[in-house]
Amino acid sequence: MSKRHPRLRPQWMSLSVLLGPPMLWLGVAYLGALATLFITAFWSVETLSGTILRVWNLDNFRTLFTTEVYRTITVRTLLIAASVTVLDAVLAFPIAFYMAKIASPRAQKLLVIAVLTPLWASYLVKAYAWRAMFSASGPIAWIADPFGLSSPGYGLPATVITLAYLWLPYMILPMYAGLERLPDSLLEASADLGAGAGHTLRRVVLPVLFPAAVAGSIFTFSLTLGDYIAVKIVGGTTQMLGNLVYDTFLTANNMPFAAAVSLIPVAVMLVYLLAVRRTGALENL
Amino acid sequence: MTTHHTRRGFRVAGLASASALLLVLAACGTQSADTNSGGGDKASGGFTVPDLPMAESLGENEGSLSVLAWPGYAEDGSTDPSVDWVTPFEQSTGCDVTVKTFATSDEAVQLMKSGQYDVVSASGDASLRLIASGEVEPVNTDLVSNYADVWGFLKDRSWNSVNGHMYGIPHGYGANLLMWRTDIVKPAPTSWGAVFDENSPYAGKITAYDSPIYIADAALYLMKTQPDLGIKDPYALDADQLAAAVDLLKKQKTVIGEYWSDYTKEMGAFKSGDSVLGTSWQIIANLAQGEGTKVDVTLPVEGSTGWSDTWMVSSKTQHRNCAYAWLNHIISPEANDAVAEWFGEAPANAKACDIATKGFCETFHAGDESYANQLYYWNTPVEQCLDGRTDVKCTTYADWTQAWTEIKG
Repeated sequence: MSKRHPRLRPQWMSLSVLLGPPMLWLGVAYLGALATLFITAFWSVETLSGTILRVWNLDNFRTLFTTEVYRTITVRTLLIAASVTVLDAVLAFPIAFYMAKIASPRAQKLLVIAVLTPLWASYLVKAYAWRAMFSASGPIAWIADPFGLSSPGYGLPATVITLAYLWLPYMILPMYAGLERLPDSLLEASADLGAGAGHTLRRVVLPVLFPAAVAGSIFTFSLTLGDYIAVKIVGGTTQMLGNLVYDTFLTANNMPFAAAVSLIPVAVMLVYLLAVRRTGALENL
Repeated sequence: MTTHHTRRGFRVAGLASASALLLVLAACGTQSADTNSGGGDKASGGFTVPDLPMAESLGENEGSLSVLAWPGYAEDGSTDPSVDWVTPFEQSTGCDVTVKTFATSDEAVQLMKSGQYDVVSASGDASLRLIASGEVEPVNTDLVSNYADVWGFLKDRSWNSVNGHMYGIPHGYGANLLMWRTDIVKPAPTSWGAVFDENSPYAGKITAYDSPIYIADAALYLMKTQPDLGIKDPYALDADQLAAAVDLLKKQKTVIGEYWSDYTKEMGAFKSGDSVLGTSWQIIANLAQGEGTKVDVTLPVEGSTGWSDTWMVSSKTQHRNCAYAWLNHIISPEANDAVAEWFGEAPANAKACDIATKGFCETFHAGDESYANQLYYWNTPVEQCLDGRTDVKCTTYADWTQAWTEIKG
């Protein structure tokens, strides 16, 4: 063997040295944590002391699926995640298109920096900035006042807007990358052949944009599904799945039920990713 | 050939990891449910108390102490240079203090489970959970010389002792108050009815405490306004009584702007006018007034829920001597008075009133047993009704937490 393939052995060794640690990390820390979560969901808890009882049972899932409030919260969270994703896609497209197709190379670089800059600022600072924006004495109320309107206050709309703001860069960047791969000549050819702007958009830009948008939506959708901090700051009395996990763990001291609840977003994302795989968007990440 | 080898390699690796996972699964398999059967005895509340020893004597101080406290209970001068009872403690005992604050009793219980803290200021809705889970140990009150001066009616109560053993040192007590913006809410409210009014003119700007224990506030209001329900103790609710309280709170939710648990967030909300009316603590009012926010607080006519706090010692502490030194220091007349005046509560040590600002102890009715009995101190709801009923099972804190999720919807 070694005579016929003299370079096979060292290659195999260097490959395992190179990939070993990250694979170990992926297997132990990442998948291991998920496995622990999954196992814990089948246990129960001694409520007063919070001691975990390692007795296999399905009670957590029974409670989860038969109690109405958990369904309400799940549906609300999915709607928020969908709204945030749509809002981000609508806002990101013109920006990404301008960056990729219209701006000069110099402006392009500046715009990429501008899009990335908010990511350097702390999540909490940005969320609290939106808390100030939506305050009864804040800028939105000040602008709306002359028109006889008032700030929407803390609640569902404030949550969607704040989360859409927080995750916007994650939508712009894949869209920008996708549109950059679209040759200008295709747009020109489309125009030369007599297609109007709308037609070109639909037949030339959209097919390229769609997988990119889906790639971006993986970020906006999954990040929103797991969020519980922004909604605590600007959401008023709104509860999301993340709050449910947090409260179940912290307030009720019920780790197994919290684990069961947190499997909902995991399941939703798995379904979402399987659906996304068919669009070819995963090659756009 | 090579590709074949690689594929097989992957398959072998996959098989190996799958069997490893199975092993893990088997290892953490079914374990008998009666883990608590060895040692420990049954408490009156119907739960098993872990059998933990208490300190018999004290030795040399260990040089450091980790304190878990309500905001305002362990001040080292960083909030206000004139408010400092941690530094004198450090100087006299040589124990370096680190302080971590918490926002709700639930958070305190969760943090104590980490075993990183030596002492904790526990309210009654945390103390029983800490005792039942073995996070805190019985306290030998003979080793705390200032304990003798603590008012008798604070000792051996259901929230700080089990089966005649004290699990901590009483620290102080007070009432949850109704706070409002004096420039917006007129006339000044006098009843909790103001926050339970579905047609309130302040709808959307009312706030409430974000914890299942707030259900007791609704129960207290029902106890005074709907005697038919037969509520005798807001922490002893049977299923029907809990349902009535939940119903009231669901109606209240329609006028709530947001719930608060972080006291700085509540201060901010009252300052900006996003909240104008709701439940609060004396210290929040003091701090808000200090920032120039026009707020006032009152003890409504229905009376109120409140707290009677206990300093407890972690069963995992490595600094037991410093912990006992802290217990003794925090209820010394000087420190106890300083905390009480800063936080806005009645001190536990009778001698604290000798050195307190004139009129302070009268304002907070310190030592007035009949007044203290009007307050319904946070307690942990357990199956065996705290009001002594035996013909019915009461709802537990676990029921309350689920109800709280349903109230918020």
